Amino acid sequence: MSQRQVLQVFEQYQKARTQFVQTIAELATRPQNIETLQNAGVLSLLRPLLLDVVPTIQQTAALALGRLANHNDDLAEAVVKGDVLPQLVYSLAEQNRFYKKAAAFVLRAVARHSPRQAQAVVDCGALDALVACLEEFDPGVKEAAAWALGNIARHNGELSQAVVDAGAVPLLVLCIQEPELALKRIAASTLSDISKHSPELAQTAVDAGAIAHLAQMILNPDTKLKRQVFSALGQISKHSVDLAEMVVEAEVFPAALACLKDPDEYVRKNVTTLIREVAKHTPELSQLIVNAGGVAAVIDTIGDSQGNVRLPGIMMLGYVAAHSESLAMAVIVSKGVHQLTICLVEETEDHIKAATAWALGQIGRHSPEHARAVAAANVLPRLLRLYVDTESSEDLRVKAKKALKSILQKCTYLPALEPLLHEAPSDILKHVVGQFSKVLPHDSKARRLFVTSGGLKKVQEIKAEPGSLLQENINSINSCYPEEIVRYYSPGYSEILLERVEAYQPT
Amino acid sequence: MADLKLLLRQIELIKEEYIATDRADAERRVKENGAAVRIQSWFRGTRLRSYLRHLHRQAIVIQKIWRGYVARVYFRKMVKVQCFLMKMNFYNEMAVRIQKRWKGYYVRKYVHNYYARKRYLDGLTKKNEKLRRAMEEFSEMQRNEREHYQMEREEQKKCLQARRMHFLLSTHQIPGVFNSPYRDFPHEMELQMKSVKPLLVKDIHHKRQAVDPSALGDTFLKTQPLPPIPSKKPQGPFRDPAAVLQQRYRPLEPSLRVATSITDLEEAREELRRGEWQRSIIHHAFQPFSHAHRNKKYERSIHTASSYERLGYGTVYFREENQGKLRGKKPFKSIFTTCHVFDKFGQFYSNAGKIV
Repeated sequence: MSQRQVLQVFEQYQKARTQFVQTIAELATRPQNIETLQNAGVLSLLRPLLLDVVPTIQQTAALALGRLANHNDDLAEAVVKGDVLPQLVYSLAEQNRFYKKAAAFVLRAVARHSPRQAQAVVDCGALDALVACLEEFDPGVKEAAAWALGNIARHNGELSQAVVDAGAVPLLVLCIQEPELALKRIAASTLSDISKHSPELAQTAVDAGAIAHLAQMILNPDTKLKRQVFSALGQISKHSVDLAEMVVEAEVFPAALACLKDPDEYVRKNVTTLIREVAKHTPELSQLIVNAGGVAAVIDTIGDSQGNVRLPGIMMLGYVAAHSESLAMAVIVSKGVHQLTICLVEETEDHIKAATAWALGQIGRHSPEHARAVAAANVLPRLLRLYVDTESSEDLRVKAKKALKSILQKCTYLPALEPLLHEAPSDILKHVVGQFSKVLPHDSKARRLFVTSGGLKKVQEIKAEPGSLLQENINSINSCYPEEIVRYYSPGYSEILLERVEAYQPT
Repeated sequence: MADLKLLLRQIELIKEEYIATDRADAERRVKENGAAVRIQSWFRGTRLRSYLRHLHRQAIVIQKIWRGYVARVYFRKMVKVQCFLMKMNFYNEMAVRIQKRWKGYYVRKYVHNYYARKRYLDGLTKKNEKLRRAMEEFSEMQRNEREHYQMEREEQKKCLQARRMHFLLSTHQIPGVFNSPYRDFPHEMELQMKSVKPLLVKDIHHKRQAVDPSALGDTFLKTQPLPPIPSKKPQGPFRDPAAVLQQRYRPLEPSLRVATSITDLEEAREELRRGEWQRSIIHHAFQPFSHAHRNKKYERSIHTASSYERLGYGTVYFREENQGKLRGKKPFKSIFTTCHVFDKFGQFYSNAGKIV
């Protein structure tokens, strides 16, 4: 056999390998093939190809492996068990940029599924290699490395701490400044995943100067970038007052409100989350947001959105109103109560209704003026219905009851209290009657209205234990009226009258 | 004898008289003594009583005077106290009036200023309105921009389509697909094709590259061109193309004599002179140092001197500050970013890493 024939055998083998790997890589893009591939034992076949002589076969094999591992947890675990990762990590440091991209893709696909896989990736020493990849020139390599780090850091605080200890954060901040949009998106998303776990991690991100760069990207037209930027800023500011103040100092605020009109709902949700996280810490921060017109903007956003996207906005209104009564009055003046009532009626999910009830309670609990504004929007019967309804979840009932109690304790607006008198269960009724007993002794018109609307009759029908607070309140209400009227409305008066008629002897 | 008996009887009578009178005397004596004692005691008594009364009266006078004095002192004290209390009540009343006014003013102005609050809430409503309008405008503008962008993209696509299908343009003899004789007027594609140049193969390559790579997003899960496969080596006694290219385009390796410029010597001298000028501290090298203290001329620092005025550099500021931008901001917190040179020293995640 001549040399050429011998070489030809090798060439045929190489061609076959190349074709196999390329086809597998293409098949792995379609989800319906995955099962078949897995049953055919593709992982054990791909593993030796990773160590192939020809670089392109290595790269394509890594690509195929990454696509497979991306699909579900079992395959990722199989990849981990196959001892592929150390080899990949070693070659991450050595090979060219195509291979680096493919290897980083595999690591990210494996780490995506669960903390255990991510821990396995970290244990192979991937973090140092990935951080070294972040210093490369090629933006595709940086993007792949940043995405892998983001998937690792997403799961829990220890993994995030490991990523930070590998020195990723300053490099990620550098990546944010690069001109490529995809790289910016991924770097922002990774910073968001890192900072969400604990204040120390967020502080690390802030110390690397992330906030200024994130703030610069707020008005970038790209939607996905805006999502990630606002998510990152929100995660940073949620941990403590100092971090929130640093975010505010970066002059995020009037600019972020412009993004509340973005057509993409996730951008809006992330902006409202950021505003909520900033507003919840101190009254001064809430005051800043209110003065910038943030409350009106958030209320409009709540009106424009549906479902879960509304939730951060509703909570933000609750937090703002909870700080002080002037802020609650600002919320009322910006037509917040009207919008929250609409939410309460329209929404079907229990947790959103619970959040709305809580927010309304925070608004109404400060003073009679606030309670009047809330009660005038016809909120109290709805809250009562939520509390009484057996289909509501436990959390919703508790929140509705608390809101109802706190509003009732300050409410002096009697037309809104009347319907409650007729429908409420006893634990709410005692508050309602208490409020009546506070207002009626001083207002004669109200007393007249109370009688004509049937309230006095209802009060007489209430059975209360003698000596309890409810009985005292009923007594104080009764003492506002002359004796005959009280007797007239007491239950069973008609029988008494009829008995007297029977017993009467005409002279 | 009878006289004697009479006398003896008289003596007996006298004796009896005497005894009787003696007895009577003694009784009377006792009685008179008693009476005398009684009178004397009465007299002593009255005398003593009058004396005591006199003493009492005198003591009373003294006590009266004393009590009056004490009472008057006490009274004066009481008057003083009452006067003081009256004054204090008056002052308190006046102070209450002042405090009433002050507290009312202070609370109404600083603690709960109703009108300021009202103004604030009105201002807030106006600001909300303004913001809502501004946001509406902004969203309008953005929507218009997006629509505009969409329209441009559509236009470009149509243009590309027309360029691609340029061969379907109708000629004088044969009407094209878009210019069918059964139509009233030609399709817009026909008109567009008329106005554009046909698309050549070499332009397609350019078109491909004009696509924004950042819009692709994930570069792996979508179909990306796989890495290039090396083509077969050409058969024949050809040398390795890399070696040939290297030889053909070998860079010039001039000798040292050729590489130095003709004015090298002068440039080197200039270089040295410049270096000396930078490095030298003493400009007047041979100043007479015996009278150095007298010859000291004050040299102004070049940083603070200019032809027209004294610059503020180094004296007023070290770094330029833009007051406009800095207004209302807190001063820099100088946070030292950590230097990661030795962080990883001795701390690797796995044993494999220690090889490095």
